[in-house]
Parts: sequence; structure tokens; C-alpha cells
Amino acid sequence: MNLTLRIWRQKDSSAKGKMVDYKVTDISEHMSFLEMMDVLNEQLVNSGEEPVAFDHDCREGICGMCSLYINGEAHGPDRGITTCQLHMRMFKDGDTITIEPWRAAAFPVIKDLIVDRMAFERIQQAGGYISVNTSGNTQDANSLPISKHAADEAMDAATCIGCGACVASCKNSSAMLFVGAKVSQYALLPQGQVEAADRVRNMVAQMDLEGFGNCTNTGACEVECPKGISLDNIARMNREFLKANVKG
Amino acid sequence: MALDSKVPEGPIKDKWTNYKNKINLVNPANKRHIDIIVVGTGLAGGSAAATLAELGYNVKAFAYQDSPRRAHSIAAQGGINAAKNYQGDGDSNYRLFYDTVKGGDYRSREANVHRLAEVSGNIIDQCVAQGVPFARDYGGLLDNRSFGGVLVSRTFYAKGQTGQQLLLGAYSAMNRQIARGKIEMFNRHEMLDVVKIGGKARGIIARNLITGEIERHSAHAVVIATGGYGNVYFLSTNAMGSNATAAWKIHKKGAYFANPCFTQIHPTCIPRSGDYQSKLTLMSESLRNDGRIWVPAKLEDAKAIQQGKLKPTDIAEADRDYYLERRYPAFGNLVPRDVASRAAKERCDAGYGVNATGEAVYLDFASAIERYGIEQAKIHNISNPSADKIYELGQKIVEAKYGNLFQMYEKIVDENPYKTPMMIYPATHYTMGGIWVDYNLMTTVEGLYCIGEANFSDHGANRLGASALMQGLADGYFVLPYTIGDYLSHDIRTGKIPTDTPEFDEVEKEVKDRIDFFINNKGTKSVDYFHKKLGKVMWDKVGMSRNAQGLTEAMAEIKAIREEFWKEVKVPGSANELNPELEKAGRVADFLELGELFAKDALNRAESCGGHFREESVELDGEQKGEAKRDDVNFAYVAAWEYKGEPADAVLHKEELEFKDIELKQRSYK
Ligand SMILES: Cc1cc2nc3c(=O)[nH]c(=O)nc-3n(C[C@H](O)[C@H](O)[C@H](O)COP(=O)(O)OP(=O)(O)OC[C@H]3O[C@@H](n4cnc5c(N)ncnc54)[C@H](O)[C@@H]3O)c2cc1C
Ligand code: SF4
Ligand code: FES
Repeated sequence: MNLTLRIWRQKDSSAKGKMVDYKVTDISEHMSFLEMMDVLNEQLVNSGEEPVAFDHDCREGICGMCSLYINGEAHGPDRGITTCQLHMRMFKDGDTITIEPWRAAAFPVIKDLIVDRMAFERIQQAGGYISVNTSGNTQDANSLPISKHAADEAMDAATCIGCGACVASCKNSSAMLFVGAKVSQYALLPQGQVEAADRVRNMVAQMDLEGFGNCTNTGACEVECPKGISLDNIARMNREFLKANVKG
Repeated sequence: MALDSKVPEGPIKDKWTNYKNKINLVNPANKRHIDIIVVGTGLAGGSAAATLAELGYNVKAFAYQDSPRRAHSIAAQGGINAAKNYQGDGDSNYRLFYDTVKGGDYRSREANVHRLAEVSGNIIDQCVAQGVPFARDYGGLLDNRSFGGVLVSRTFYAKGQTGQQLLLGAYSAMNRQIARGKIEMFNRHEMLDVVKIGGKARGIIARNLITGEIERHSAHAVVIATGGYGNVYFLSTNAMGSNATAAWKIHKKGAYFANPCFTQIHPTCIPRSGDYQSKLTLMSESLRNDGRIWVPAKLEDAKAIQQGKLKPTDIAEADRDYYLERRYPAFGNLVPRDVASRAAKERCDAGYGVNATGEAVYLDFASAIERYGIEQAKIHNISNPSADKIYELGQKIVEAKYGNLFQMYEKIVDENPYKTPMMIYPATHYTMGGIWVDYNLMTTVEGLYCIGEANFSDHGANRLGASALMQGLADGYFVLPYTIGDYLSHDIRTGKIPTDTPEFDEVEKEVKDRIDFFINNKGTKSVDYFHKKLGKVMWDKVGMSRNAQGLTEAMAEIKAIREEFWKEVKVPGSANELNPELEKAGRVADFLELGELFAKDALNRAESCGGHFREESVELDGEQKGEAKRDDVNFAYVAAWEYKGEPADAVLHKEELEFKDIELKQRSYK
């Protein structure tokens, strides 16, 4: 395939960015989207230009590092995947593909297509954990049976990869799906109960501080989430939040 | 320098307990005055950073990604071993110890492995307490599955995302300490060298990957937890950023590099499809619990499949060669990785491969789907179920067990693996070799520690499935926190280590000079060009099977690529900004040296062991005819290499391995 790529180029966080067009040729439909970007970059390096900076690492859909807003969709046209799992068979010869970074005030651009997702880190630091010593003096794991149902549900919430597609695809740039997933994982497990109220209060407070918008139940996040994190998690977080505040 | 493994005296089962009872402790009030640098925040570094901070030390943690949660450990799928004997199938610390030493083909250190087995159970307790959602059975207890190379069910798992969940557990423990101010986290920072003062590791030079700034960081001890070097092959199952830089730089500063040629080739990866490919994808080994591996028994069928004239489902049962079940009746499809990988390569080399390149074998779930379907029909009291019903019921079970893996396969290959068998082929996956460490996990440089995949100690010539996660967490949560305390107890009066010293000046200058070189070199070829070239030599001549001639050639070829690299490499952009090409250049420069040492080590080891088939060393007759032949008389040692300038000049030090508790035996999985 031969393609035209319209890519957001921005030197650093303070520079002004702009869209630039590039041509790539001989793209195989078996390539992943990022392999196609590699081809472009190899071409740019060979012609002495600076390659396009984009985030990636595992290329298996699990690290949450890759991002990219492709033709107006987080992680591109396919469903339930990250950009590294997107394959060129989703595109046609002659297509023009628009590639931009995540767009959200809380995720400032660092360079080209790379954004700063440290806001997610700070939310997790505000309470996304169970306060247990890492001393090795914990009780035997099977002394606390957990129903398969609860464990499975907690696992579903825990599969969030922290990619930020939910924020990027939300018209309010809300981080509720991400935070809801984290709150839910612990809310569903007995180990997480003791500090549940503090956890949800602190995480929500941090989320607001970071400048994410509010959830207006549009559901775009769920649609674009590569891990199928469901809106139920937002509802659960809201319940936990209410509960925490009623308790005082 | 003579290698002293510092393995404590006494019976193996008491070594660790006695050791812990005797070491020096640091008073909690004094820990506040001690700084520790942890480079790498995967399972090993993350668990270590959290635990050391919990104990009261000041921890500075570094990672090149934007968050510890993205470390390569996140990708581990299958599970983590622990000798809990929850299934009552006869597991014990001894058995886990035994399986690991045997699985490693008797090239690991007994005392370390026993300690690993001893603390393994505790890892599960710790992770469950942290909220890791391991799979449960209907009674609410933890579920297990089995992995290659063992006959008990001791692998704990969280769907196909075990590494992810364990890492998120360690990450959450880190977050708690970051919030308390006990860990200072340096994301998007790359360690580029270590600084020694008075012979001891006292700090690092790191580059802020966003601004390009070169920073000095001091500490009383430095811990390297930077993972494996499998990307020396260019194509591997590793994350793209995985690299050897930290390990290689400390090697150059005096840390011995042990068994570099011990690299695991994993049998169940998605085969490569073209030259543009940037990485290979692993399909979890747990698939071998239910999948049966085969190729056509007749060469003409294989040819027809390669040409796309026949489909796998066209081949009658009688015309299929389930070669693992045939050759290894006792373990069948669950033989260890090295055996499964070599057997696949053997069939493909003989012309029986099943894709266009002839480099693939089938992993077939049809009989598992049927078996589960019949079982489910019984459970649900369905009499005379139709074949379709059986299929439907069975598929549900297979989906529940491996659904995400099947989905991943379908996304990549564009074929439905429920309907047609998967294609798999071996790929480079995990490095058993790494920095040499003693029983304390200290390298040959005082105060410099190395944990997780970056060190060499526990897996020998081959790693059994689900044991790398175990080792990473064992080192980080339960071993290093003790052993480092013993060392640091001598540092309570040292005070802060200054960074405005000649030692820091000197190393910083080395680092900056190298970066300047890359930016200013007027070369003509990209970094990837050299990396791919290196990878090809590594796979062709230093891959799954090797011989003396090929290895000698490889050493010369790698040297030549390296020389060309330093003349011709081209790095666009500047040093004072985010510059991924510059990052890659530094890493590939190190791979180009490591690769040669790797080949040298392989040449030296003129025996077949673990995943390393040395063509000159093969069983000539008897029941094991054609299998790899280990040579315990001449090679029961760890090869620890000392840096002397050119990789080819590295000096070999041998740590003779003693097996007092396990008898060295021919490995047989027949
Ligand atoms: C696809 C796949 C599946 C696997 N499945 C399993 C499994 O089921 N069971 C099992 O037991 N094992 C499995 N493994 C192996 C296992 O995941 C790894 O061996 C293990 O996670 C390594 O952990 P680690 O902490 O040593 O290193 P890593 O997780 O690789 O962490 C390395 C860390 O070092 C940092 N780093 C590296 N270099 C630098 C530098 N110069 N400066 C700063 N930071 C640096 C990185 O940022 C990262 O934080 C699998 C591996 C792969 C690739
Ligand atoms: S909720 Fe989904 S989209 Fe949002 S960060 Fe998690 S995985 Fe990404
Ligand atoms: S690169 Fe890891 S999820 Fe895409």
C-alpha cells in the first residue's frame, strides 16, 4: 500500500505544533501500525530528518505505553486493541491517515506524539494501593477465601493498562474510567475494605486536582478502551464515593 | 580475583535461616541516613524499592519508561511458581528446588535455588495481601495450573496476565512509598554508567530522557534490576526498550558477566512473517497444557500445506506426527522449553514446517475442545450431545482459560485459532546469563547488587516456565532486603555521598563524550540497520544450535559490524531533547560488544546443555540417541567473564558448581 500520513509535529512542550504530511510506500497489510511508523522513521533518518517521536514498548498491547489518536479515534479504527495491536489490514491503498497525540489538558505534549501521563501516576500514589507491609509476614494466602466471582470481577477491573485512551476519547477529558477501574479492583476484594473510604476520597480528589473533566455518561471511554473496562466501574466508584462521604 | 560465592556453610535446608540469624542489622533510626539507588522498576526492582523503603532506607528508583507499571515484567502471561502444595499433589520446597536445578540442566547454584524455593510460598501470600487477583476455584481458594518440565500443579496465575498483576502489586507497594516520600521515583531516566569511589559503587550517571540533561546521583549502594538482554537478537519477545546498557556498563566497571550464552528460546511464539517485523509475540506456554503439537507425518502433505494447497484440518489423524508425544511419552507436550524448541526446529529443518517459510508447527486445541465438551455435557446432564453441542461447550472452557491469548493470536495472524490450529515457532525470550552475583546478590564490585533477570544465579542453562517472576519477586521482596542490610550496616556513619568529586566528574565526562560522538558523527546508516545486522548473525550462528566454526565466524563478524557502526552510524536530532534514536544508539553500541562476548562464551562451552545445542556434543547411542549431551566433567561451572577492553580479550573465571544435595543425572523426559 501507499499512504499519506498527516502527523502532528511538535518540538517540545513549549513549542507550537503543526500537522506535516509524509508519504510511505510498499506498506504490507501484515505490518502493525507501529511497524509502519518504523518504516516512516527509517525513511526520515536516511534522509537526515528527525524521526517522529512516539511512545511504545511492549508492542503486545499490555504495557499501555503506546497511544496515538488515529483518524480521530484513540488507538485507531479497530476495537478492543492498543495501537501496537492495530494492523495495516485495517487501511486501504491510497488512504490518508491523520495521526495526533492524546488530546487532554491533563496530558501535556512532551514531543510530537508523546504526551505526559504523570497525572495518572499521582492519582495512583494518592491511594491506589493496599497498605500492607512488604515484610513477608503476611498470613497464608488461602486463609482468606475469595469467591471466584469477586476475584474474576476484580481481575476484570485490574486489567486496565493505564493507557489514557479513555481520557483522550472523552469530550470532557474525564479520567473516571481509569480511576473507577482502580477503585473497583480493591473495592471488590476483602483486603481492600479497611481503607476503602480513604482510598476513593483521595483518588477522586487527586483526579480533580489534575484537571480532568467530569463524567457526563457519554460512554465514549468504554467504547475506545482497549481492555474493555466497563462503565460499571464508574458506577461502583460513585457508590464507593457516596458511601465514603456518608460515613464522613 | 578469585570468585567467592559466599554460600553459607551447613545443610542446604538450614543455610538461609542460619544466614538470616547471623547477619548484621541496621537500626531503624540509622536506615534514614542511608540512600539506595535501584535501577529498574520491574518485578525485581519494584519489589526491592518498595521493601527497602518500607524498611526505612531512602530509595531513588529509576526507569526509562514513564511509569514503573510499564516495565517489561508487565508482559508475562503464564504464571508464577510457588511450592504451596495447595493441590495436594506432592509438591514441596525440595521438589521445586529439585525441578529447578534439573530444569536448568545443573548449571545453577544449588544454594540460591533452594532459597528461592523456600521463599516462594511467601511471595503468593504477599501478593494476595496486596490485592493481586489471582485465579480462584469455586471454593474461593487459589487455583493452580502446571507448566512445562514439572509433574505438579504449582503455577499461580491471573488469567493470561500474571506478570501484569504481579507488577501492579509491586507498583502499588511502590506508590505507597512514593506517597510517603520514601521512594523518589525518576521516570524517563536512563542509567548510563555507575560511579565507583574507593572501589565501592557509590552512584550513577543518568540521562533525563525528556530534557537530555545528564544527572549525578549518589547512594551508599546501587542495585541493578534492569532485566534481560534478549534484544541482542533484534527480534525477540522482549519489549522494544529492553536493553543491556546498565548491565554492560557495570561489566566494564568491574562486574563479571556470567554465562552470557545462556539464552532461552521459547517454543510457543507466533512465527515471523516478514523483514519489516520489529518483534515476536509470545503465546503463553500454558497453552501446552491443552494444546497438542504436531506436523504432518508425510513430507508431501507438509509441502502442500506450505504451498497453501492443504489445510491442517485436511490432514487425517493418522497422518499427523505428534512428535513430542512420540519422542517424550512421559512429558509429552509439557517437556521443558529447550526440548520443545529444539524438537520443533528439528522437524522444520527436516522439511515438515507448516507455513510459507517452513518455520512453524501446529498447536492444536481440537481434542481439548472435544474433551472439555464431553465433560461439560456430563456435568450439565446433557445426554447424547451432538458434535456441535460438544464443540460449543468445550470452546467455552477453552475460551475461559485462554481467551485473551486466542484473541491476541487472531489479531496478529488474522486466523481464528478455535477453528484452525495455531502456528508457533521458537523465539528468543529470556536470558539466564547475566551479571555474576554471590549468595548476597552482590556483584564483583563492592556495594553493587544485581537482581532479577539481569543476574545469572538461579536458572542455570534453561529456565522453567513461571520461575522468572518467582525469582524477581523473591530477590526483591525477600532476599536483597536482608543481604544488603548486612553490607550497609558498615555505612551508618558514612553520611551523604557527595557528587562533586573527581570520580563523578570522570564518569560524567565519559558519558557526555559518547553522546557527543553520536550526535556529531557524520554517518550514513541508521541505528536499526546495525541492530538488525547483529541480530541476523546472532540467530544464524549463535542461536538454538551452534558449532565451533560458526561461533568463531560470528565473533569476527560482530566485531566487523561494530567497527562499521562506529564509523557509519547516524543519529539525527540533538542531545538536549527527547531523542529516541540517540537512546537506541547507546543501547545498540552495548549490544554490539555483548554479542561478541556472548559468542565467545558459547564457543568456550563445548557441551550441549539447556537450550544450547552444541552440534559437536550429541548423544551417539542408547535411549538418548540424538539428544543434547551435557559434559559435567569439563563444564559444571559458571563462566564469569572479566572485562579487559575488547570483548574478545575478556578473561574467564570459573565458579565450580557443587551439587551436594542433588545428583547430577542425564535429563530425561522420556
Ligand atoms: C512475553 C513474555 C512472557 C513472559 N511470561 C512469563 C511467565 O509467564 N512467567 C515467568 O515467570 N516469566 C515470564 N517471562 C519472563 C519475565 O517476565 C521476566 O524475566 C521478568 O519479568 C524480568 O523482570 P525484571 O524485574 O528482572 O526486569 P524487567 O521487568 O525487564 O524490568 C527492567 C526495568 O529496568 C528498567 N531499565 C532497564 N535499563 C535501564 C537503564 N539503563 N536505566 C534505567 N532503567 C532501566 C526498565 O525501565 C524496567 O523498569 C515472560 C517474558 C516475556 C517477554
Ligand atoms: S480504562 Fe481502558 S482506556 Fe482507560 S487507561 Fe485503563 S485501559 Fe486505558
Ligand atoms: S506498546 Fe505496549 S501496549 Fe502498545
